[in-house]
This record gives sequence, structure tokens and C-alpha cells, in this order.
Amino acid sequence: MKTGTTTTRVLGIFALMITAWVVVSAFFLTPADVVQGDSVRIMYAHVPTAWIAYLAFVTTAVASGLSLARKHRTLGFDRVAGASAEVGVLFMAMTLITGSLWGRLTWGTFWQWDPRLTTTLFLFVTYVGYLAIRRVDVDPVRRARRSSVIALLAVLEIPLVHFSVVLWRSLHQEASVLNTDGDVRLDDLMLFTLFSGVVAFTLIFVWLVVHRQRLAAMSDVERLVGLDVAITARRAESTVGGGGR
Amino acid sequence: MKDLGFILASWIITLGSIGVLAIMTLRRARELSSRIPDEHKPWV
Repeated sequence: MKTGTTTTRVLGIFALMITAWVVVSAFFLTPADVVQGDSVRIMYAHVPTAWIAYLAFVTTAVASGLSLARKHRTLGFDRVAGASAEVGVLFMAMTLITGSLWGRLTWGTFWQWDPRLTTTLFLFVTYVGYLAIRRVDVDPVRRARRSSVIALLAVLEIPLVHFSVVLWRSLHQEASVLNTDGDVRLDDLMLFTLFSGVVAFTLIFVWLVVHRQRLAAMSDVERLVGLDVAITARRAESTVGGGGR
Repeated sequence: MKDLGFILASWIITLGSIGVLAIMTLRRARELSSRIPDEHKPWV
């Protein structure tokens, strides 16, 4: 493991242990829901993936802000922003897929153009676009500047997604935990399992971001070294060609 | 357990996707690391 350290290894082991507990609890210990039955077991994967996707996109925005504001280490912050967005897009995709499977069981359909689902899809597409734009620029400094501005605008979509169930009439249920009246409508073990899932996925998120930003640093070095070699070769070529005429 | 197929699919997709990304990241890191000198890896 060439991007790993003792800290990331310990982090990874903790993440695996807590994830294992969440799976056991979600399948065998927590009760079925009174209304939704066993399909509620999807919640322990669906809700944490959604929250971690939000966390990832907020991290991207904060790192992007720091990248724009600071004069030093701007590329480091930009790589954290990019790595966080990559992981966020994966978690958002999982939110959409698990939500779709859960929706089939509770609503009888995989997809509806409902406010929560539509805004979530829009958020997902926005960050796929953000990642695509990051790949356009070869120059890391220019890439950092452009993508930081986009990240700071894109993060404004998150409140829209979260409050879409309150702002509009939605098929999607209102938040059971982070709701406006502060009343948590979950059994204790269900709530504990849900929070364990959030902790496990947060550790996984940190582990992935650390590794992927180190990977991005090595990719940038390789690209720039490759570019230097190509420029030197081209100059040598033109010197030899010019001398021959 | 009712709807086991859907529940299992949700979990397999979630944990499987994370696992695939983790493995891809580590493989690429190993591949790149062999070509990049240690002076460009502050974490080493």
C-alpha cells in the first residue's frame, strides 16, 4: 500500500469493524418497522450514504474555499476537494440506487419525479460535471481555480435537497432524525445502528479521501514530469532539425 | 425475512461499490508509487 500509513491502516480497521457491527445489527438485531416491515433495513445503508455524500460535498466546498483564499498549499486543498467530490459522487450514486430499491418496496415504483428524488439527481449530475471539468485542465493551478468556483456554487444545492420534502409536497418521507421539530421518531437500537452506520461511513470516507488525494498528488507529479520530458525532447528535436537545415 | 432480495441488493451494491473503489485506489497507488520518487511523497 503506497499511499497508506499506520494511521490510515488503523482507521481502515476501525471502519471495517464498525461496518461489520452495522450489518449484523441491521439484519439480525433491529426490529422490523411497524409500517414498512423488513424493508426498513435498507435505511441503515441509504441514510448514511446520503449524509456522507452531503459531508463530502461540504468538504469539497471548504477545501475549495481554502484553495482560493490561501496563497500557499492551494494545490493540496484542491486535491482534497477533488478527492472528496469523487467519494461524494460514489455515495450519492449509492443513495439513489438504494433509495430506488427502497422506493420499489414502499411506493411500488423505482422512480418518481418527486422533489427530493429530482433535486438529489440534480445534485449528483452537478458533481459528475464538476469531476469532468477537473479533468479538462492539465495545469493544476488553473484547474484548482476553476473547479473551486464551481464547487462553491454547487454546494448551495444541498439545502435545497434537504429541505425539498418540507418546501414541496413530496412522496419522500420527512427526515426522521434531522427534522425541524427535533422529535426523533426511531426505536433506540434502530437509532444507534443508524448512527453507527454514519460513523462507519464517515471513517470510510476519510480513509478514501486521504488515499485518493495522495494518489492525485502522485498523478500531478507524473503528469508534470511527463510534460517536462516531452518539452525537453521537443526542444532537442527542433534544435537538431534547425541545425540540419 | 420479507423482501430479502431487495435488502441484500442494497447492501451488496453499497459495500461492493466502496470495496471496488478502495481496491482500485490501492492498485493505482501501488502502480504510480513505483514510478514516483519518494521526495514527492510527503506522507512516506
